[in-house]
Amino acid sequence: MSVQHKNSEPGNKGKGKTLFEKIWEKHVVKEIDGGPSVLYVDTHLIHEVTSPQAFNGLAKRGLKVFRPKQVVATADHNVPTLNQHLPIKEELSRIQVQTLKDNCAKFGIELYGLGHPYQGIVHVIGPELGITQPGATIVCGDSHTSTHGAFGAIAFGIGTSEVEMVFATQCLMQTKPKLMRINVEGELKKGVVSKDIILYIISHTSASGATGYAVEYAGSAIRSLSMEARMTICNMSIEMGARCGMIAPDTTTFEYIKGREFAPQGTAWDRKLADWKTLYSDKDAVFDKEILIDAAAIEPMITYGTNPGMGVGVTGHIPALDEVEEKEKPYFEKSLHYMGLQPGVKIKGKKVDYVFIGSCTNSRIEDLRMVASFVKGKHKANGVEVWIVPGSKQVEAQAKEEGIDKIFEEAGFLLRQPGCSACLGMNEDKIPAGKYCISTSNRNFEGRQGPNARTFLASPLTAAVAAITGEVGDVRDYLLS
Amino acid sequence: MSKSINIIKSTAVPLQIENVDTDQIIPARFLKATNRDGFGKNLFRDWRYENDNEMTPKKDFVLNSPIFKGSILVAGKNFGCGSSREHAAWAIKDAGFDVVVSSFFADIFKNNALNNFLLPVVVSDEFLQKIFETVSADPSSEITVSLEDQAISLPAASLKTGPRVDGLERVETFDINSYKKTCLLNGYDDIDYLLSMKDEIESYETTRI
Repeated sequence: MSVQHKNSEPGNKGKGKTLFEKIWEKHVVKEIDGGPSVLYVDTHLIHEVTSPQAFNGLAKRGLKVFRPKQVVATADHNVPTLNQHLPIKEELSRIQVQTLKDNCAKFGIELYGLGHPYQGIVHVIGPELGITQPGATIVCGDSHTSTHGAFGAIAFGIGTSEVEMVFATQCLMQTKPKLMRINVEGELKKGVVSKDIILYIISHTSASGATGYAVEYAGSAIRSLSMEARMTICNMSIEMGARCGMIAPDTTTFEYIKGREFAPQGTAWDRKLADWKTLYSDKDAVFDKEILIDAAAIEPMITYGTNPGMGVGVTGHIPALDEVEEKEKPYFEKSLHYMGLQPGVKIKGKKVDYVFIGSCTNSRIEDLRMVASFVKGKHKANGVEVWIVPGSKQVEAQAKEEGIDKIFEEAGFLLRQPGCSACLGMNEDKIPAGKYCISTSNRNFEGRQGPNARTFLASPLTAAVAAITGEVGDVRDYLLS
Repeated sequence: MSKSINIIKSTAVPLQIENVDTDQIIPARFLKATNRDGFGKNLFRDWRYENDNEMTPKKDFVLNSPIFKGSILVAGKNFGCGSSREHAAWAIKDAGFDVVVSSFFADIFKNNALNNFLLPVVVSDEFLQKIFETVSADPSSEITVSLEDQAISLPAASLKTGPRVDGLERVETFDINSYKKTCLLNGYDDIDYLLSMKDEIESYETTRI
């Protein structure tokens, strides 16, 4: 069996602590009877879309930002990804980005805005600047804040009222979640990457299967991953409803952080490192739920429906109606109707119109290298439009330094500038109605990439195959030949 | 935003769809405002209106129905999943709802709703089904939600055989943590509470390495 579930038995609580508990307990300022805990926040990341109302609220109460040095801002959701040196054309977007700039100046917050060499998607720049560190509590008004958990931090998305709370007090009212561990053991097959692991997990847990839980990813297959690959996994924790996702820090983590702009240095590094090395789940720690997954059973994955849990292996088929539980049928049929797909059919060979490689899930340098290594010397299929949107200015610069931009240019791909772009279709980067887009992003919701746009979520490799062939394909067919 | 809530008695709007994500509640392209007001007009924008510039209503969508009205929104399980955008809670509140009933809510949405005095009421799958059936059969059915009693009840008129319908109680109780309940009943918010703790927070900070 490729997926096994285990629930903890009541009273089976050992003395050991989980990674989550070690960090949580250090950050509780106060526990309230019958209520949530007051949790201290180490790092608060903000962007232009979910912060303006919080700044307004603060001003209305006549308050300052309590700890401005613990807040970092960037503009990502609502920025154009072409001609970033020009004023933003769309008025509301321009005002929103300008409002962030004004608020940061007024409240003394560091802003890596448009034109700054550190600008980029908030969940890409935090790690690459060394702001994201093990053992920390990190929040942002964005559900994909779970990304930072890849460093062994408690990192989660919050609403704007909560952004205001953190501005005002550096604290939040939080109920302690239940704990789940997902162990991925064994070796991944060739052509299978971390995006496939997380899509496989969500296809088993469903889009709500981890709601109320903090999830720790463990096991030999997770340990063997790079930091970029770990971030992809933690990033999508929210897509199964999890409060956060995390991975215990190890040598891979420490080596990634060392020497980065805001990483501790000298004796501070030694002190931090000693602390970080204590961040793991003890052997006798108990989780409310454990899942064991055989890494070798995972195929390159693709979604066919309108939530990230509706995924199959690329060689598989969309479930036939008789494979769907009776009570799930109305939702299933609504999804397939939106996608213009039939139950029971194979998904391989399905034509695509657009390829989007980007988003906080898969826009890091490793993702771009992965795509470049596959497409080098090849050209995109006729009729397919390919957008590559790097996660940050630093990723963009690195790609250019390595000549990856030339490979993309020769392949007929368009390398744009950093931002969230077509992941959520907030700026002008929208997929037209009725068109199919294979996307390395995190959500295939109805209209997510533009009104009536249809999304297939997949890994950068599977997206690269579609860019070259114009259809959903199995990357393993090409690796073997 | 009206502060403090307790008893809400209203007809209900049934949205019998599961996994309603916050991109459906309010699509990203309508998140460009810098204040909290006016999101109600774009609530469920792409389900409610044709994809044109005229905002032509889609006749079959429940929010456009002349029959279903009220301040209680009833929705399928896993309501509010996806993006953390609080604009979703603002849009629902701005459109005139005070309560959302479902058998399961996504975490962040639930917090956002509570922070905006929009009450998320979690009921069993069976009770949710019963609400859908009752409201569909008679859209004038009034549902009563009492925060004080932590109870949601179907109208007595829907009963044919005493206090139970098809083996189901007419009233179901729901959970809410006592801290949040006090906040909602009294119109307090978390920021007031946290600000009152400033000294403790500063003293906590001195214990950090």
